[in-house]
Amino acid sequence: MATTVHEPPRIDPDRLPAKGHTGHGGWGNFVPTDGELRVTLDYSPPPSSTAIWVVLFAVTMMFAAFSSALIVRKGSSQDWQSFTLPPILYLNTLILLASSVTLEVARRRVSAFMRGMTSRAEHPARWLYVTLFLGLLFVAGQYIAWTQLRAQGLYLATNPSSSFFYVLTVTHVVHVLGGLGGLLYIIRKLSKSSLRRNALVATARYWHFMGGLWVYLILLLWFKV
Amino acid sequence: MAKFFAVTIIIIAILSAIPVLRHTWDMPEDISTHGSLIDEQMTETMIEAGIAFLAAQFLLAIFIWKFSNQSPDAKIKKFPGGAKALVIAALLVVGIEVLALGVFGVKAWANVYLTPPAADAMPIQVQAGQFAFYFRYPGPDGKFGAIHPELSNEGTQNYFGLDPEHDPASRDDIVAAEMAIPVNKEIHLLMHAKDVGHSFFVRELRVQQDFVPGLDVSLHFTATKIGKYEIVCTQLCGLGHYNMKAYLNVLSQQDFDDWIKKEQAMQ
Amino acid sequence: MHDVSAPAVHHHAPPTSFIRKHVFSLDHKVIGKQYYALALVAALCGMLLSWMMRIHLAWTNAAIPGLQLLSPNGAPGGVMTPEYYLQLMTMHGTIMVFFVLTTAPFAAFGNFFLPIQVGAEDMPFPRFNMMSFWVTFTAFIVLMASFFVGDGPTLGGWTQYAPLNSVGSVGGPGQGLGVILWMASIGLFCVGQLLGSLNFITTTLDLRVKGMSLMRLPLSAWAWFITSCMGLTAFAVLMPACILVILDHVAGTSFFVPSGTVMNDQLLPHSGGSTLLWQHLFWFFGHPEVYIAIVPGIGIVTHILITNMRRPLLSQRVIIYSMGALAILSYMVYGHHMFVSGMNPISALAFSFPTLVITIPATIIVLIQVFSLYGSKLRINSASLFSLGFISMFVSGGVSGFFLAQPSIDIMLHGTYFVVGHFHMVMGVAAMFGIFAGTYFWFPKMAGRMMNETLGKIHFWLSFVGAYCIFMPFHYLGMAGNVRRYSSFVDDFLQPLLPVHQWITVAALLTGGAQLIFVYNLIHSRFWGAPAPDNPWEATSLEWSTATPPPFDNFGGKHPVVYHDPYQYGVKSSVGDYVMQTSPEQVVTEHEEK
Repeated sequence: MATTVHEPPRIDPDRLPAKGHTGHGGWGNFVPTDGELRVTLDYSPPPSSTAIWVVLFAVTMMFAAFSSALIVRKGSSQDWQSFTLPPILYLNTLILLASSVTLEVARRRVSAFMRGMTSRAEHPARWLYVTLFLGLLFVAGQYIAWTQLRAQGLYLATNPSSSFFYVLTVTHVVHVLGGLGGLLYIIRKLSKSSLRRNALVATARYWHFMGGLWVYLILLLWFKV
Repeated sequence: MAKFFAVTIIIIAILSAIPVLRHTWDMPEDISTHGSLIDEQMTETMIEAGIAFLAAQFLLAIFIWKFSNQSPDAKIKKFPGGAKALVIAALLVVGIEVLALGVFGVKAWANVYLTPPAADAMPIQVQAGQFAFYFRYPGPDGKFGAIHPELSNEGTQNYFGLDPEHDPASRDDIVAAEMAIPVNKEIHLLMHAKDVGHSFFVRELRVQQDFVPGLDVSLHFTATKIGKYEIVCTQLCGLGHYNMKAYLNVLSQQDFDDWIKKEQAMQ
Repeated sequence: MHDVSAPAVHHHAPPTSFIRKHVFSLDHKVIGKQYYALALVAALCGMLLSWMMRIHLAWTNAAIPGLQLLSPNGAPGGVMTPEYYLQLMTMHGTIMVFFVLTTAPFAAFGNFFLPIQVGAEDMPFPRFNMMSFWVTFTAFIVLMASFFVGDGPTLGGWTQYAPLNSVGSVGGPGQGLGVILWMASIGLFCVGQLLGSLNFITTTLDLRVKGMSLMRLPLSAWAWFITSCMGLTAFAVLMPACILVILDHVAGTSFFVPSGTVMNDQLLPHSGGSTLLWQHLFWFFGHPEVYIAIVPGIGIVTHILITNMRRPLLSQRVIIYSMGALAILSYMVYGHHMFVSGMNPISALAFSFPTLVITIPATIIVLIQVFSLYGSKLRINSASLFSLGFISMFVSGGVSGFFLAQPSIDIMLHGTYFVVGHFHMVMGVAAMFGIFAGTYFWFPKMAGRMMNETLGKIHFWLSFVGAYCIFMPFHYLGMAGNVRRYSSFVDDFLQPLLPVHQWITVAALLTGGAQLIFVYNLIHSRFWGAPAPDNPWEATSLEWSTATPPPFDNFGGKHPVVYHDPYQYGVKSSVGDYVMQTSPEQVVTEHEEK
């Protein structure tokens, strides 16, 4: 077996790589001897942007699993007892959707601030605090919904319908708490003037997704539970 | 070493094929009416899989033999046709082969699972529970009594949880630990799971079906040869899984009638 | 000139303390090595378990010395009880599938080499990466803990079917706490893998250096990328399923236990659960999981083979598309594990066709690999031997799939040793060969030292012949109807098969022993192996263009630039018959393209 050592060739920084590939993996695609050297597309999206889509996809799959479990479980036997959703859930929905609106406002204010283009006297994080407050309000509202259900005698194990209600809403709240953590992170970074635009965009996407996910969940619960 | 490796591959391939060609360890004789289609599928698949296996191993071995230990000046050659030819060959040959297997296999499958039992099929219920099979015959009234799980009691041998006091249909039900069936008579097997998942497997009958707790499934089949066969559990059900079995006795109609009378008397 | 195209990832300076360098490290290379060590320990545990299983199957009443120390109830006097056999079997499967086959080819090699192969300094989220290892490690500890608490590990098989998985201790030893620990461990494992997938995907898509287009990625990088996409989908479904089982245990819910369940003459309080629901959720994860186990092996082995054939493949692009096809199809086939489960028989046909069709990309991959050997200049060394062995094993394991893909044949083969033979050949052997090949190939780069070639070849020969001796007979046993997951063989029809089991056990003990040669080689070479040059295999991809072992930021402060496709072999250049991806050199070639 050959174990001869070759020094890697010195890289000439002025020769740009040609675009494309052969599809073989090899034999071709050499740097041409003459003519224009085509430049490869160099732009890559920032990692946090891709990352948030990856995270949201995983969250989607998780809730898809729970949704299909609900549908199968409901259809597999006769013991499903529907109940009326506590009305506070609808208020909570509005609160969560409002928080998405306030987050968008916050995003624009923060961006303007970071570009030094704002003339407003207010603290740039004000609308982030409003979003945080609305988020906490949502969590509190969900907790109230759970206590209301318990008052009706509907606990986790009472009936498969209530089981899925708790499982879905609790899992969603856990993810919302994660989003609140993200907001706190953004606020802290902003106060130290080390906030990167991508982090803010990623957090906003996550937060809006939580709102959209909640709309899906409440529709699922309304139709099925 | 490369040539030695090539030879080893070929020897292993041939040795692997020998037990198959000599039928050293084979499926037992088929005693069912639907099994011939399954056996045909099996043979067909074995031929195709066997050819694919031998061809792939041989080609691998031949190429290793031929193309190792080349001199540094040897020219690299490309296989004629390149990737395109191979992809087309795979799509055509393998594609047609697997689709043929799939299409012809539909009939074998449909025969078992997509045909309803005959109207005069004999109903027998089998219950699987940790770690035994019990069989129930409906008795002269032709009806099975209802199962009351809360009444189930191994100690009093009320395996099915029957309530003869309040349920007349269950009074003449016959419960046995062995399954007896008359030869050449279609059986409609009703499968009930008492606790966890189990499975009903009789090799000679070419049947295998899981019990589904909470859902009563059924099978139908006809045995064509008198004899004693083993029913084994093939779904992991706990520590006694290895020991969970029962005997299937395929009897002549006369012997079966005698057996039923005897069992009835013992209830 | 400031190179704006390469994103600056490293926000952390090189660590100085021992803890930061070797324990809680943010460096993907250290994390990769930690995963490798975890997989190695897990593999040894799994192998030990398999030895105990095989000894019990061949000589049921034999006392295994010392086993009573591990479990006085499970093996009084060293003689294994039927329940303890099942518990050991469950742990064997769980440890091997999760902590060896998902961890080594994907997490270990992928973490070490993916960033280097794309030209990056590290992964974009090093803290999540570190977390992913330690979460996986914790999952392993939680799983192993079940040996030592309560009445032992769960006995329900690595597939943990319902309702046995949800009824609690009344189902058998280990079915209470043992199941909860299993579910918790695997739930944690899923989280760890999701964090890993996050890093792999973002590294592949966002951190490639200048000139590294997607089609210029080496096949191993493509394999890790495709695998991480599969993992993202699969693990995110298994985790909620595990949560539901835990709730059935501790919260009194009935997701999986139906009404009317009677155990020990007691009617269980559950109602309405669906046992098939678990199977659907589990196999939706479970089938992609086995492709997660094999696809990195395909990528690694092909990568290694190309280097040792000294020519590129007939088509790299076709391999990439085929791996992608495997990944996509893997979600459509999962019902083939459920043909006789009681699900709708029409679904069985619906799952059967994609299962048969998935043969096609698998065949294409093998054909491209084999026919690229034609006209090559094949070099024989430990890495290439294991890679060639992979092809042989993958074919052997794959053709038994023809049978299992057809529901009518599955009637006879489901639940038999035929299935066990099939998955051991593809996972227990082929995927393991991929790990071995990767180790022999990349050890020089990871450790800075060469492994002993002679010992490597001995390891190969014993493993190759031994694996066939063990697993080929499984298929014959299955055809004869030998049921699986039996702790001993008491049925009449199984008695004539006992000598086959004894043969298998002897082969397993010997082949397992041969693996110790590998472990010795690893450890000895790590400390006393010959120093490795930067590019001992004369290979072209980026990991070989940097120092051995790579510096902290992989390329010593420089950003490599990629000029070529990954497999420029069989050319005449200033360094030999190859051109590295990072070399701007143009070479003359005598072959025709396309």
